[in-house]
Amino acid sequence: MSSASATTQPPARAGSVVTEGFAVRALLIGIAVVFLALFLVLPLVTVFIQAFAKGWSAYLAAFSEVDARSAIRLTLLTAAIAVPFNLVFGIMASWAIAKFEFRGKNLLVTLIDLPFSVSPVVSGLIYVLVFGAQGLLGPWLLEHDIQIIFAVPGIVLATIFVTFPFVARQLIPLMQEQGTAEEEAALTLGASGWHAFRTVTLPNIRWGLLYSVLLCNARAMGEFGAVSVVSGHIRGLTNTLPLHVEILYNEYNFVASFAVASLLAGLALVTLLVKSLLEWRFSAEIAAGARRH
Amino acid sequence: MAEPPLRPRRRFRQPSVIPGFGITFGYTLTCLGIIVLLPLAALVARASGLGLWGIWEVATDPRVASALRVSFGVSLLAALTASVFGFLIAWVLTRYRFPGRKIVDAVVDLPFALPTAVAGIALASLYAPNGLVGEQLAKLGIEAAYTPVGIYIAMVFIGLPFAVRTVQPLIEEIDKEIEEASATLGADRWHTLIKVVVPPLIPAVLTGFALAFARGVGEYGSIIFIAGNLPYVSEIAPLLIVIKLSEFDYGGACAIATIMLGISFVTLLAINLIQAWSRRRFGYV
Amino acid sequence: MLHDLSLDVRAGELLALLGPSGSGKTTLLRIIAGLDFPDRGRIIFGSDDATRVPVQERAVGFVFQHYALFKHMSVAENIAYGLNARKRADRPAKAEIKRRVGDLLDLIKLSGFADRYPSQLSGGQRQRIALARALAVEPRVLLLDEPFGALDAQVRKDLRRWLREIHDRTGQTTIFVTHDQDEALELSDRVAVLSKGRLEQIGTPDEVQENPVSSTVLKFLGDTIEVEAIAQGSEVRVNGRLTPVKAPPGLVGPVKLYARPWQLQFAEPGQAHLEGHVRSSYRSQGRQRIEVDRSEGKTVVVEASDTHRLAAGRPVGLTINAGYVFKD
Repeated sequence: MSSASATTQPPARAGSVVTEGFAVRALLIGIAVVFLALFLVLPLVTVFIQAFAKGWSAYLAAFSEVDARSAIRLTLLTAAIAVPFNLVFGIMASWAIAKFEFRGKNLLVTLIDLPFSVSPVVSGLIYVLVFGAQGLLGPWLLEHDIQIIFAVPGIVLATIFVTFPFVARQLIPLMQEQGTAEEEAALTLGASGWHAFRTVTLPNIRWGLLYSVLLCNARAMGEFGAVSVVSGHIRGLTNTLPLHVEILYNEYNFVASFAVASLLAGLALVTLLVKSLLEWRFSAEIAAGARRH
Repeated sequence: MAEPPLRPRRRFRQPSVIPGFGITFGYTLTCLGIIVLLPLAALVARASGLGLWGIWEVATDPRVASALRVSFGVSLLAALTASVFGFLIAWVLTRYRFPGRKIVDAVVDLPFALPTAVAGIALASLYAPNGLVGEQLAKLGIEAAYTPVGIYIAMVFIGLPFAVRTVQPLIEEIDKEIEEASATLGADRWHTLIKVVVPPLIPAVLTGFALAFARGVGEYGSIIFIAGNLPYVSEIAPLLIVIKLSEFDYGGACAIATIMLGISFVTLLAINLIQAWSRRRFGYV
Repeated sequence: MLHDLSLDVRAGELLALLGPSGSGKTTLLRIIAGLDFPDRGRIIFGSDDATRVPVQERAVGFVFQHYALFKHMSVAENIAYGLNARKRADRPAKAEIKRRVGDLLDLIKLSGFADRYPSQLSGGQRQRIALARALAVEPRVLLLDEPFGALDAQVRKDLRRWLREIHDRTGQTTIFVTHDQDEALELSDRVAVLSKGRLEQIGTPDEVQENPVSSTVLKFLGDTIEVEAIAQGSEVRVNGRLTPVKAPPGLVGPVKLYARPWQLQFAEPGQAHLEGHVRSSYRSQGRQRIEVDRSEGKTVVVEASDTHRLAAGRPVGLTINAGYVFKD
């Protein structure tokens, strides 16, 4: 009778009927680790090796350039608009979807998820079709001298589009799992809707919220395809960091290109680190997004 | 949503004491409309202006057809690879305990976090003929960079997390008693795995495959640097959209985009069907 | 689903809403609280029509089945929540809130627990915190949804007695929902029995037990034996033999006679209302219970006053000493 205790013992205990032999385990772990090292870790390491190929001074020189600085500024600006926008949208959408029962809810969720299944290039293209010179609103915009495509507003819009579902998709299952009992309790105690949201709902979702904002931000700062289509690649004006990486690379300025790339890779590493810390520490408050029902 | 109620007595929304439905629902619809639906509608409008025949004409242009073949064909192979290794990685991460497991688990999400352009130039420099890996491959007579092999590598990179993360939670939820029951009934470990453990995971594997495939078809940033972008050989469909746009051939760009969008919807539909089937068959997604 | 019903709750009483699951008792409670909305009808508190009053202003204390404690707040913060949620003008001073929380913690005998978090408490303790939180706002009516449903048997018993004490001390008008007959009968001043969205009967525990208005109420309040009978005038006969049970006026012809296990008595075969064989006998909570296979086929359980065991297979007769007669 070893059955009832299986869940409390380490799953890999030798001799257990619910795992494989030691040799098989070692082999499978080996394959998994080597595969991940080769396909995922090696490219990351390469970024830093190439960035420092010619030493610190060459590395730092890449950032003293005016165009690099304006690219950093534009990337920060874009994220500073896109992330709060999607944060507010995500909270609003998940409140409406998780706390109420209405018809067509599944369709609404599918539509919110839509940007995830659209190619980044197509995401950029659709904004060109609306706001570009030949686009739906093109003539009107031209008349009023408003530039959206090949300008900052286009970059911000495209970034909002590709990061649109991030917060909502994380919060909807989380709020659904938490149900409405605590909010109802707050209301019976006399709290207004806003008060109940601030004091009861928000503390319950804060880690999930932080988690989704983190991922949303990483994508917003790193988006390439969609932004590339709407940007027009005007140096110093409409270049974000990923676009700047591309330009430098295509000019065979590898050290500078990888130096700028290392900045983005660093952001990715920090994102992964904080994300993992959040997952280990607050798994229950975040996992609802990944859990299946 | 906007559809008329089937019966007049059925309400659009069940009454609830929780406040704020009107404002949050309205805000959600407004944002969705402006950011997502309106621009997508513009594409659909443009494409329907071309007509089916117009789209067909673009699709059968040799260069376009070749790009579509490369995008879909290589993505299929890459998604297959990602699914196989993704399953293995998910299994190892959930079932075995070994030092550094949590770090390996975190590494899986790297392609989600790393900007595609960064991944693109890193892969390109690794697999270039004089790169760290490219040199070794060249000795074996394999040219990775500037060929479909390079595209394949980039697509595996980008698709792997989807394959791992769709299967992983389900492996976590497998009830060990099921495996113990199988063992008490005399099945050896291999038999238990094949007959008892794997079948309920198939829908998740298929979903992960479909997600990796869809992502691969649409991927741009991590591919264009390593692909070399030779027309008829290593040119992908998303790049062709960019080229058409730079030539101000909006019609051509729209036609390719429509075809790709169509494929994503079919993939999305397939995922939903898989999940509906899974719900019926296994009681969960 | 609720059908039209009218329920009059008296000030200061402890009323139980009793019914099987799906009888609508929780819905009724949520409608009273303002958490659900009736299609028609009115909710009146004292002389005020509360139907259109939003839940925040209805001044009800609601104790949720799973407590709905705020996990991220300490016990004291949970209890003070309703007071802190008030507009600044109506909000008691900090010291006053603190004093009220302290008083309530004393009342629920958890004085040292102010700084604990809900996750650090047992089920019974959480239940009491939920009650204190609801009482803190000085509600006009206290509403409890299956207050003991999630607790194990012993804690349940203790908390029952304790809730009754609290009620007697505070005189708070209280309505609680339960599907447990013993709980309702033991605890409440009056019991309202609900079934399939209808109010079947309301009365004191003695009234509903002694004079159930329908077989539904009767069956729901305890084990019954169901026997085919014929009513003639006020006389009721089973298998042609007269019983001491009187039929209500107007009920004639084939009827159903219901008896509790202790309203039957063993008799010599051939001289009783029912005939059968002993199947088995066992002791349950100090009482002897005997299963009898009736000759008609059904098995009935009888409670015997004499404690000697009856051998299995022995033919016995059963005499009906008392019971209730209904059409169905």
